[in-house]
Amino acid sequence: MNAKRTDFVATVVIDLIVASVVGILFFLLAYILTAGLPHVSWSFLTGATDAFSGAGGIGVQLFNSFYLLVLTMLISVPISLGAGIYLAEYAKDNWRTSLIRSAIEVLSSLPSVVVGLFGFLLFVVKFKIGFSVISGSIALTFFNLPLLTRNIEESLSAVSRSQREAGLSLGLSKWKTELGIILPVALPGIVTGIVLSAGRVFGEAAALIYTAGQSAPVTNFADWNPMDPASPLNPFRPAETLAVHIWKVNTEGLASNAAALSAAASAVLIIAVLLFNLGARLLGNYLYRRVTASK
Amino acid sequence: MEQTNSQLKNQDTQSHEWDTRLHHATKATHEDWIGRGISYFCIGIIILVVASMLWFITSKGIATFTQNHVSLWKFLSGTNWAPDQGQIGALPMILGSFAVTFAAAIVATPFALGTAIFMTEISPNRGRKFLQPVIELLVGIPSVVYGFIGLAVIVPFMRHVVGGSGFGIISATFVLFVMVLPTITSMTVDSLRAVPRFYKEASLALGATRWQTVSRVILRSATSGILTAIIFGMARAFGEALAVQMVIGNAAIMPKNLISPASTLTSQLTTGIGDTIDGTLPNNALWSLALILLLMSLFFNALVRFIAKRGQLKHER
Repeated sequence: MNAKRTDFVATVVIDLIVASVVGILFFLLAYILTAGLPHVSWSFLTGATDAFSGAGGIGVQLFNSFYLLVLTMLISVPISLGAGIYLAEYAKDNWRTSLIRSAIEVLSSLPSVVVGLFGFLLFVVKFKIGFSVISGSIALTFFNLPLLTRNIEESLSAVSRSQREAGLSLGLSKWKTELGIILPVALPGIVTGIVLSAGRVFGEAAALIYTAGQSAPVTNFADWNPMDPASPLNPFRPAETLAVHIWKVNTEGLASNAAALSAAASAVLIIAVLLFNLGARLLGNYLYRRVTASK
Repeated sequence: MEQTNSQLKNQDTQSHEWDTRLHHATKATHEDWIGRGISYFCIGIIILVVASMLWFITSKGIATFTQNHVSLWKFLSGTNWAPDQGQIGALPMILGSFAVTFAAAIVATPFALGTAIFMTEISPNRGRKFLQPVIELLVGIPSVVYGFIGLAVIVPFMRHVVGGSGFGIISATFVLFVMVLPTITSMTVDSLRAVPRFYKEASLALGATRWQTVSRVILRSATSGILTAIIFGMARAFGEALAVQMVIGNAAIMPKNLISPASTLTSQLTTGIGDTIDGTLPNNALWSLALILLLMSLFFNALVRFIAKRGQLKHER
């Protein structure tokens, strides 16, 4: 009887805990959406920011976030693909491989502010590139590489051994087997991982404050020549992203409506991240169906 | 004679062809060399990044002690942080970082354990369909958004309930609690799922209740996994910068209580590094704070490995 009562009490306590965790999430989402969405409008999404107070629209920041994301992915996906193939296919089970694995683990466990400071030291202080899109996207690459590499390696290793043997027995090289046979099968997992990491990169701010900078100079959206200083595509201009903007408005902003402003920007950020998560799931499932021909 | 000569010649070219085929690399081998080269290059980049990161931050971080000749002990135990006047006692920030990390882990662990037990033992079905996405969403929310909510909701709440400015360790703890909760939960779920099914069946067959089974069999055998999960959560809390910086108040003074403004290593770094000049003492002192962060992250890493090894030994025995 006593044991049963304890069991009952424990179950009730656990149920309460779960209810509160779910409650916290719903409160967070409801708060951001109700506080932020009323202030989101087309002019807010596309408008320019007042450089002094931080008030106004988030058009440039939104563009910067996406531009940095695209550049980061262009750099980090090929590198982590190669590294993932190395770990899944070529790496032997010896001390060197375990050293490489621990290096990747160390990189993934470093706080993002440390990664950002390293980027600051390397690009802004040493190479004198200044706060720029390119510094920011390389810093984000450092932050993105370990997770993406691990995800790609896991997806590749999960493909059954017989597929590898089939490729090799046809006289294909290991490299061709990996690219032509294993990679397509592993693609759903890899794409899901890439899109999820895109969500993380999109919301990252600590690594960007001192690499991509905290200012969003007005850019001329009619000028698409990447070499022009006023062009939005110029990789050497400072680029405050949406996440950095939220931080800045809250800590140093002088805007009278800072709370409403950052609530609206947070709502936009959250919706973008939710879309990335949802997109990862849908795209992964779709590719999985296409590749495996299963329903 | 001529015929044999040409035959010989023919044979010769044939053997030569076989020679090239057997002794020279095929197309596939060439491809493999290229592939190997590309993948070695990529892994090389990652190793280079890690090595230079460790090297640069370490060399910058020890400059305070080698160039400015500040004693290490004074740096670690000093309580006065005023780098402009040459006072660089980092203890307030170190204490602040450890305080918020431990407090967040202590608050988050029961919630994480409860959620994980619910997801694996009580209602695996609802756990997978409903709680899994909830946890994933919590992971996905960017840290500045957590910081903003902390600033907009938790700080005013604390100001209202306990008085003061509302900024302080307790507000940072609440923000970090929500941030580390999903990390600890999802890793705990993994380690609970890894417990062999027959452990649970044997316990239930002996007449144990569900709670007895969970508390005495499942949690016990998953201990090393749960500890790893908590350490990962603590590592995340220790390294979190912006969300903490937004709610802790950023006063580099010894934390007297939980509700007065304090600061952490990360908050001091984010607010300070842009205002100091490269190579000066105030700048070097900040890099020393970054070095502490780096070393702590390596320490958490080593701790996880140590626990994993111990856990493995126990299972093998």
